[in-house]
Amino acid sequence: MRTELCHFSLKIFLSLIGAALVSACASPRGTGDLGIVVERATGSVQVVETTHHTRLAQVPGLGDLSHASAVYSRDARYVYVFGRDGGLTKVDLLRGRIDKRIVQAGNAIGGAISQDGRLIAVSNYEPGGVKVFAADTLDLLADIPAGSGDSQRRSKVVGLVDAPGDRFVFSLWDAGEIWVADMRNPRQPQVQKFPHVGKQPYDGTVTPDGRYYIAGLFGEDGLALLDLWQTEKGVRRVLDGYGRGQQPLPVFKMPHMDYWAQANDIAYVPAVGRHEVLVIDQKNWTEAGRVAVAGQPVFVIARPDGRQLWVNFAPPDNDTVQVIDTLSLKIIRTLKPGKAVLHMEFTPRGEQVWLSVRDEDRVDVYDTETFGRVTSLPADKPSGIFFTSRAHRIGQ
Amino acid sequence: MRRPRHKTGITLAALSALWTSAACADIPAARQTELMHLLNQDCGSCHGLTRKGGLGPALTQEALAGKPAFMLREVILHGRPGTPMPPWKSFLNEQEADWLVQVLLEGKTDAH
Repeated sequence: MRTELCHFSLKIFLSLIGAALVSACASPRGTGDLGIVVERATGSVQVVETTHHTRLAQVPGLGDLSHASAVYSRDARYVYVFGRDGGLTKVDLLRGRIDKRIVQAGNAIGGAISQDGRLIAVSNYEPGGVKVFAADTLDLLADIPAGSGDSQRRSKVVGLVDAPGDRFVFSLWDAGEIWVADMRNPRQPQVQKFPHVGKQPYDGTVTPDGRYYIAGLFGEDGLALLDLWQTEKGVRRVLDGYGRGQQPLPVFKMPHMDYWAQANDIAYVPAVGRHEVLVIDQKNWTEAGRVAVAGQPVFVIARPDGRQLWVNFAPPDNDTVQVIDTLSLKIIRTLKPGKAVLHMEFTPRGEQVWLSVRDEDRVDVYDTETFGRVTSLPADKPSGIFFTSRAHRIGQ
Repeated sequence: MRRPRHKTGITLAALSALWTSAACADIPAARQTELMHLLNQDCGSCHGLTRKGGLGPALTQEALAGKPAFMLREVILHGRPGTPMPPWKSFLNEQEADWLVQVLLEGKTDAH
């Protein structure tokens, strides 16, 4: 009897352990349909899953995320989140928790992961420069202060991306320069500097093949272009003077160049101070047209197949999203998802797009063919949405 | 805008205190909430949600200490040419800009 009882309690004990293990590990799963939604006010991210539109976890404790962006490890298990307060947080998507977190600067704007996945670079406003960390441990490997020429004054760094050859490329807002850092020896970066690229580069991006780095200019009309296959040719100006001397309209939110929007050798960028999307012929880097839109564009993103562009806007038009057909260059749909649409992210093959609608505390999912709203998920002041499909793209 | 009438014996400081309270009294609570939202979210895009700065300078109480209120109002309403600071006059009137200046100078983080 006594043995029986003992045996019985052992069975209960074992089954309890089993239950605990199951709830901790669940069943094995992939990460290809996962992503994060940044909740800017609460300093948290939601781990989401795009196949069934579910929230898997909420991860708090990421600091000030008033401007946040993210890159993924090449195994697409970890996401590195760059916060405004200089926080760099490595989040484990599968466990739904923070793996490592450091505060590496006073004020930061974004970051990148190297081609080989071993390095994380962060672009900082204060102190202005780039810091490079080991992706697995977040140990500091290199510090690249963004001082310009003989000046001791440091520049804010924007538009940081990765490029083939284990390089990081970025722009200096105050100094008007583009720098290319060769990271083959991570503790001793070799930096190539391109001065006088234009006034106030505000963001930069790289073409999906990693060949061209493009910085948008805020202080003058135009873009600065660097051919990373032939850096000896230097930086050239493209779309110079696209404003045609007209007084620019006020810009109530900085445009972004998140990922190079292109299709069939044609690229699309937000104009600055003009309610237009600029169309660029990438064969000769000349203007191929422009599309009048509802306001100052913030993000101009291409559906992965390149057939559509989705555009959101600065205040006071930030309740609007417009869809442009890239064949006709006509606006085919104007959506009003709600107040303050901050970011848009396509599912890996683009059948749906997720929109963060900050002031409605909602993330909306739209079908990109019917433009119908598929579903909505609650989120606390959502801003950036980043899916794991970024893990394998150059420049993201 | 309503301004307090000048009376002999009232110091400048008292005048400015009166002016401030008069300005606040005229802005309905609902609008104050909207203005606070604008400050945190839209100004926050460049100056940070916690006002510690971003592409734009910090707007914390310490950072603004000693800066005259009328100058801050001018910058909010008319922007700063040569910088990304745009004119916000299409979003706010003068009285509302004054209210925001007071919020900033006092380092307040909620509307009431």
